[in-house]
Amino acid sequence: MEPTNGKNPEYFHKVVDCQYACPAHTAVPEYIRLIAARRYTEAYLVNWESNVFPGILGRTCDRPCEPACRRGRIEPEPVAICRLKRVAADFKDDIRHCLPVAPERKNGKRIALVGAGPASLTVARDLAPLGYKLHVFDSLKAGGGFMRSQIPSFRLPESVLDEEVGYILEMGVSSHFNRTIDSLKDLLDENYDAVFVGSGAPRGRDLKNLPGRKPGNPYIHVGIDWLASVAFGHKTSIGRRVIVLGGGNTAMDCCRTARRLGGEDVKVIVRSPFKDMKASPWEKEDAIHEDIPIIDNHVPLDFVVEGGVLTGMHFEQVRAEYDANGRRTLVKLNQAPVFYPCDEVLVAIGQENAFPWIERNIGIVFDKWGMPVLDPDTFQSANPRVFFGGDAAFGPSNIITAVAHGHQAAISIDLFCQGRDITDRPPPHVNLVSQKMGIHEWSYDNAIEDDPRYRVPLVEKQLALGNRKLEVELGFDAAAAYREAERCLNCDVQTVFEETRCIECDACVDICPTDCINFTANLPEPDLRQRLRVPARNQDQDIYVSANLPTGRVMVKDENVCLHCGLCAERCPTAAWDMQKFLYQVAKASEWPLNAEAAESPGN
Amino acid sequence: MSYIRPHFRHPEQPVNDLGYTRRHYEGSLSTLCAGCGHDSVSAAIIQACFELSLPPHKIAKLSGIGCSSKTPTYFLGKSHGFNSVHGRMPSVATGANLANREMIYIGISGDGDTASIGLGQFAHVIRRGLNMLYLVANNGCYGLTKGQDSATADRGSVSRKGVPNPFEAIDLCTMALQTGASFVARGFSGDKAQLEPLIKAALCHKGFAFIDVISPCVTFNNTSRSSMGYEFVRDHIDATGKMDFVPLRQEISANYEPGSSQEITLHDGSVIHLYKKNGALHQHDRNQAIRNLQTHREQEQILTGLLYLDPDHCEFHDTLGTVKQPLRDLGEGDLCPGSRALEAINASLR
Ligand SMILES: Cc1cc2nc3c(=O)[nH]c(=O)nc-3n(C[C@H](O)[C@H](O)[C@H](O)COP(=O)(O)OP(=O)(O)OC[C@H]3O[C@@H](n4cnc5c(N)ncnc54)[C@H](O)[C@@H]3O)c2cc1C
Ligand SMILES: Cc1ncc(C[n+]2csc(CCOP(=O)(O)OP(=O)(O)O)c2C)c(N)n1
Ligand code: SF4
Ligand code: SF4
Ligand code: SF4
Ligand SMILES: [Mg+2]
Repeated sequence: MEPTNGKNPEYFHKVVDCQYACPAHTAVPEYIRLIAARRYTEAYLVNWESNVFPGILGRTCDRPCEPACRRGRIEPEPVAICRLKRVAADFKDDIRHCLPVAPERKNGKRIALVGAGPASLTVARDLAPLGYKLHVFDSLKAGGGFMRSQIPSFRLPESVLDEEVGYILEMGVSSHFNRTIDSLKDLLDENYDAVFVGSGAPRGRDLKNLPGRKPGNPYIHVGIDWLASVAFGHKTSIGRRVIVLGGGNTAMDCCRTARRLGGEDVKVIVRSPFKDMKASPWEKEDAIHEDIPIIDNHVPLDFVVEGGVLTGMHFEQVRAEYDANGRRTLVKLNQAPVFYPCDEVLVAIGQENAFPWIERNIGIVFDKWGMPVLDPDTFQSANPRVFFGGDAAFGPSNIITAVAHGHQAAISIDLFCQGRDITDRPPPHVNLVSQKMGIHEWSYDNAIEDDPRYRVPLVEKQLALGNRKLEVELGFDAAAAYREAERCLNCDVQTVFEETRCIECDACVDICPTDCINFTANLPEPDLRQRLRVPARNQDQDIYVSANLPTGRVMVKDENVCLHCGLCAERCPTAAWDMQKFLYQVAKASEWPLNAEAAESPGN
Repeated sequence: MSYIRPHFRHPEQPVNDLGYTRRHYEGSLSTLCAGCGHDSVSAAIIQACFELSLPPHKIAKLSGIGCSSKTPTYFLGKSHGFNSVHGRMPSVATGANLANREMIYIGISGDGDTASIGLGQFAHVIRRGLNMLYLVANNGCYGLTKGQDSATADRGSVSRKGVPNPFEAIDLCTMALQTGASFVARGFSGDKAQLEPLIKAALCHKGFAFIDVISPCVTFNNTSRSSMGYEFVRDHIDATGKMDFVPLRQEISANYEPGSSQEITLHDGSVIHLYKKNGALHQHDRNQAIRNLQTHREQEQILTGLLYLDPDHCEFHDTLGTVKQPLRDLGEGDLCPGSRALEAINASLR
């Protein structure tokens, strides 16, 4: 196998599992260390730089980082990365003076942003400081998109949303709320230099053809529309018995909201087996905790309406079967349909994109599913002036993905407005610095704590169910946050090997608690992986291979369960191992200064 | 400095027949210098005991004084141990072994502990054929007392002090052969592939097993002009051949070409397979082993591997005809057989 090229920033980036898995590549271990040092403001800013909404995401993120976290491979649970983010937001000082400001003098470019969700707001956050004049349009009465209309306040308090949306809108962004764009052509005719479409995936799926749907209509609601009505105070109550159809996060928000609006007997009924449900495990847990049973393997058959009133629903019982490729089919059990009585039904079975306001003759190409055809790296559509991001780009996803799209689209828009090649992307900023302070002293805390994951305390259930605006999670206090932060393995502090120094004494092999290090004959990768002290079976993790050593062997380190404890480097008599902190920052749309001569365009 | 080794281990660590992982054979974190060969020896002992599925509570570690003699703290933390006085490990081992013949005895010593102050004890424990593994972690110096040349340092070898050693060296393997050891081997801490099977075979050997392990002292004796530094040893090492150790329980799966290898069955039924470089070598020929060591030394070569083995040698208990069980298992009836037994003895002497 070829020696590893440590100069390629992606090699060490991949070792930082959480950061690598985060769509916006937030420098997770960096902010966790700052939290442990009680430097909350800096921890917040490290987050804000990458993910723009630390307070919001610290409560609501889908957390793709956590299943990736290395800690989850050496013990049952990963670091509570997401909830530590909230700690930074909760305990920070006023940060307004630390944020970038939009210059007085604009660069003369005008950008329209359709939708004020996280994708558009991220574009604004990156472009406003560069002197762009930004106009954001949204049908809603305030900014935030789905974060405002869909995510219930008991998960995300309005004050947190207002604060973080405010940071961006206050950068001199012109917001046009209560304003629906019904023609992209008209918008383009207003001579914007570029238009960003961040309009989300706003249409909830319905069960239009299920018998009883029409007569039952007053009692049957599409989940996301219903949640929006609740969020804006149009709906304040619901029947006593509620069925929520669907197994995703929307269903979980619907059932928990229904409990708070007077639903006493609220059930989630889902087609798939419990374990296959789309909702995150913790959202299912939260629903069950609020006395909401989840009934799986039940396919809806009809709505039963008697005398104009919905009385319940019939379901067919099924069983899941999987073929060799893991593809699932639901097989009927051929039993009599099951009847569940109810007063109202919430249909939360998915969302769709819809672009009725985008004309099909303005150069944007749509595929057979009605989705815009985009360059996956630049987010540019076939009309070079129009860019997409967030749920509008590739279908419903989550906030952090929308943010990641927003950053990339901002780079594209910036390059485009400067007349540069938008496929020539700025490289990431990387930095690799030794942490050595003395013979056996490091500038990071290399001790490994054994503590299992800490639980976030909740408000008392009865209180929570009585008030839909009362936040359920209380958040970690400073002491618990410190203990939880100490669980982080500092995966960004890399083990860097310098083969010319190694005398092959084996000290590192012997000390390594997790059998990462090996000295062995070189072989092709699959054979080499088998040959190690503990075979390197996790193919998602790279193995680090040196050039040939004097005995003709090579050093092979399996990155999989390295604790980043630094013992190898402490034990090495020749400092062939060193612990070096690797900082990786995705480039943003600010890398090239704009032409300062451009004057502010008139009329704005 | 990290004084605590993290508690996490690789989740896929192999498990042995007793259901233990390597972790169950570890000791506390070593305080020796980073890169010390002795730590590799400890790691090899851990690996060997793990692979042999030895119950840790059945092992006793005995040592004298020196960095090498400190190492029993760093392996087999769940076993018994006695860190005795300088050069006196053999006496303690002898006493312990006579009291309880069912334990596995691992004596760890240094070149100073064995070849200087303990030379007399060394010779006599071999003569008696005590059933034990006697391992010397040999670094050619007194590491613990700051690196003075030891009695195994080669004439002319230069340690960190910078002065060539003026005295002739004692070769501990030659001495072990001359005094009657039934298992004699030499290893190198930097070659665990060779060292681990040697330790396993020695642990299964019934009788006195001696392994001299060249174990560089990185701090005081790893200079470019030292004959016990990593570099010199790697450049001058030669081996009697490759060796595989197959414990009794394990089925032999490898295909051995007839003629190329020699099989030696140990007392407990486990088998050593030797792939000899030189077909004329005979592992049971004491004189040849001594000559072989001598010729290599003359050519500035370090001969390693299994040098001599007599699997059927008599051990101390057999020679003395001692009771078959540990003394602690003897009941009052055994210890005080009564006046009838005494009369019978007296009668037999009349
Ligand atoms: C019930 C529910 C709960 C969710 N919970 C989470 C969660 O906990 N964590 C998470 O990460 N994600 C969650 N999501 C997903 C997340 O909200 C979205 O993925 C994310 O908000 C998408 O951001 P966006 O910027 O693409 O668009 P959106 O946030 O969808 O914003 C689009 C905005 O565009 C406006 N708009 C659309 N068309 C027009 C138009 N023609 N003119 C003017 N304005 C227009 C809309 O009013 C809307 O405000 C949830 C989604 C739902 C439905
Ligand atoms: C009776 C007695 N004499 C001298 C000493 C001092 N002393 C301690 S260790 C040592 C030599 C140890 O050398 P070695 O056995 O080779 O061990 P190493 O440290 O090299 O592993 C000496 C002379 C002592 N502890 N006790
Ligand atoms: S242990 Fe820390 S640095 Fe490593 S993946 Fe988990 S959160 Fe990230
Ligand atoms: S830092 Fe070094 S010693 Fe610690 S787990 Fe990783 S490779 Fe092993
Ligand atoms: S401890 Fe250092 S010198 Fe020894 S084998 Fe490891 S990297 Fe090489
Ligand atoms: Mg010594």
